[in-house]
Amino acid sequence: MPPPAARPPEALVTGLLDLELVFVTGKGGVGKTTVATALAVLAAQRHRRVLLCEVDAKGDVAGYTETSPAGFDPVEVLPGLWAMSMDTEASLREYLKLQLRIPVVGRIGPLAKAFDFVATAAPGVREILTVGKFCYEVRERHYDMVVVDAPATGHIIGQLAAPQGINDLVKVGLIRSQTDWMLDILSDPTRTGLVAVCTPEEMPVSETIELAERVRDETTVRLDTVVVNRVLPELFGRSEEEVFEALSLPGPAAALAAALPGDPTPVLDAARLAVTLRRTRATHLDRLRDALDDSVEMLYLPYFFTRSHGLRTTRQVASSLGEELGL
Amino acid sequence: MTPPSRRSESSRTPDDSTIDGLLAAKEIAIACGPGGVGKTTTAAALAVMAAVRHGGKVLVLTVDPARRLANALGLEGLGNAERRVPPEAFRSAGVKPRGQLWAAMLDTKESWDALIRRHAPDAATRDQILANPLYANIAGRFVQSHDYIAMERLYEIHAEGDYDLIVVDTPPTRNALDFLDAPRRMADFFSSRLLRWLIVPYRSRLVNVASRPFYSIADRILGTQFLADIAEFFILFQSMYDGFVARAGSVTRLLSDRRTTFVVVSTLETVPLREAEFFAAELTRRKLHLGAIVLNKVLPDTLRSAEATAVAERLRDASAEVAEAVVPALSAVDAELGRADQVQRVLAEVAESFLNFRVVAVREAEARSHLATSPDVLATAPFFDTDIFDLSGLLRLGGAVWGE
Repeated sequence: MPPPAARPPEALVTGLLDLELVFVTGKGGVGKTTVATALAVLAAQRHRRVLLCEVDAKGDVAGYTETSPAGFDPVEVLPGLWAMSMDTEASLREYLKLQLRIPVVGRIGPLAKAFDFVATAAPGVREILTVGKFCYEVRERHYDMVVVDAPATGHIIGQLAAPQGINDLVKVGLIRSQTDWMLDILSDPTRTGLVAVCTPEEMPVSETIELAERVRDETTVRLDTVVVNRVLPELFGRSEEEVFEALSLPGPAAALAAALPGDPTPVLDAARLAVTLRRTRATHLDRLRDALDDSVEMLYLPYFFTRSHGLRTTRQVASSLGEELGL
Repeated sequence: MTPPSRRSESSRTPDDSTIDGLLAAKEIAIACGPGGVGKTTTAAALAVMAAVRHGGKVLVLTVDPARRLANALGLEGLGNAERRVPPEAFRSAGVKPRGQLWAAMLDTKESWDALIRRHAPDAATRDQILANPLYANIAGRFVQSHDYIAMERLYEIHAEGDYDLIVVDTPPTRNALDFLDAPRRMADFFSSRLLRWLIVPYRSRLVNVASRPFYSIADRILGTQFLADIAEFFILFQSMYDGFVARAGSVTRLLSDRRTTFVVVSTLETVPLREAEFFAAELTRRKLHLGAIVLNKVLPDTLRSAEATAVAERLRDASAEVAEAVVPALSAVDAELGRADQVQRVLAEVAESFLNFRVVAVREAEARSHLATSPDVLATAPFFDTDIFDLSGLLRLGGAVWGE
């Protein structure tokens, strides 16, 4: 694992796990859902009541907790961990009931459909219904922590910037009056944070750097942590690497083949693949570290060879995450 | 006599069971699949290979290439324009392509502007829309506008008839099917009764009984002014209704045309593969042509060899003895290299690393043999240990996909 970050572990603990609202984002395929689920599991293990919400409902959270996909109504999937998936229409229904005291009966069907339509067309409305739901859960303290398996990097900005955008676009009306308290929660770095997940590869790293800039420029939310997922183990130190390289020279290779006995080439080749991969990835990690503000934590999760899906993976990732957080 | 084109009755016999044959036979290849599997790079590699092998004019329409790849294709900061990849780039990669490779990026905002210019009934409406404060915001996000615009742009380029083959990289979508549905959704959106509902009262200033509750609530939530802004915008948009709906229909037809094929790209990891299989099944269900599945980043076969595994296990179990046997030979190279404890550590790590990657390779091979769909072509590309960011890299990847 790379060296630990500059901040002492105690400070890290008060960072990520003490937040009330955490958005987890990342480019497709980097393990965003895994990390979001693991973070929620870790917090729940530490006796916090956690709501884990999937925004782009594909049912992946269910795969990582080995449960049936949850709907808009939260379901307790593990002790202390509730899961739900976002549904803007249901969110609107709840909003109408709670905020406007409009009875949700009879003709709400077509009405909700009409709103879904307006929400599709009008900038920020769908986003505000989504973010608003999370802020509401935080404000009402139904849970200690809300973890959002947020949209991929390209879409998260629109969501996080929606309350500010609505503030600018809509001058009156009830939605306008709702954005102030949402902004209070979203803009408070001790309550709300964004976690960006990436892998040490070129595109995910570039997207994460771009995301960090856009989050800073276009939203009031703080990028709290970057989780680098699937970091390959460092096989050798410098002098060990020299030994490794020398093993392929004719003399040592012959001695190796005789001692085993057998052809060591495929085995050495596999190790070389691992070494080269790790080296290529290290340059991307350097680029990432250089580009991020010092205030952004970087956590490193190892590549797990044995499993890549399911509750077992979630538990492994949660345990590594805990180690990285100094727990 | 015109010079023979890629598609003329020349020496080649089309063979649909290879990527080579597939791309020789089709005019449009749409690369799709889950995120993070190398879709953009694969699409570029397919286009490069087609330009090299088949000739003619090949275009790769890409969405979001890595900066170095964009550089290699000459796309840096060029927006929507189609650019030819300079022949010198091929020369320095050591190949002489038969045809030309062109590349274009997809710029959503620019494409939307072009669409408005095409469909606006008059200059005044066009300018009003382009200047509408909601337009920029809406063009960027409503009804999967990115997905729609990718397909729309493809249609436009294909209709111009400038290319023998167009390879399309699809945008990363929340749901892999979004872009297939995008044209229909766009048409639905503009023919929607709800849209008319929304607009009518602002046109006639008369709210009918049926829609009154909707407006009263909408007004309370959104504010009258905001609603009026939205309505004004859509009233302007309505003037382009016929053009849009007809166009969306044409785009949908092009996707199911015989000249179009889909190439599903995936890795063998559990989650992407599941998504790719779902996507392949959905293509089949919609009677779209699933031409090929490209499995990317496949680990080398030697990792699964029983012999190599036995060697790695012996190395792990007897690292001390083996180290002792190798030390003299290492010391002969350099005295510094012959420290037995260090050699043992290295050997143990080497063995462990092999066995780790072996587990992944075995699991992925198993996943591959249980692939739920059988496309005409199943191609694989190996796990390259370095990034692919230039033509040589694309040629290496393309060569592998070609089965060379």
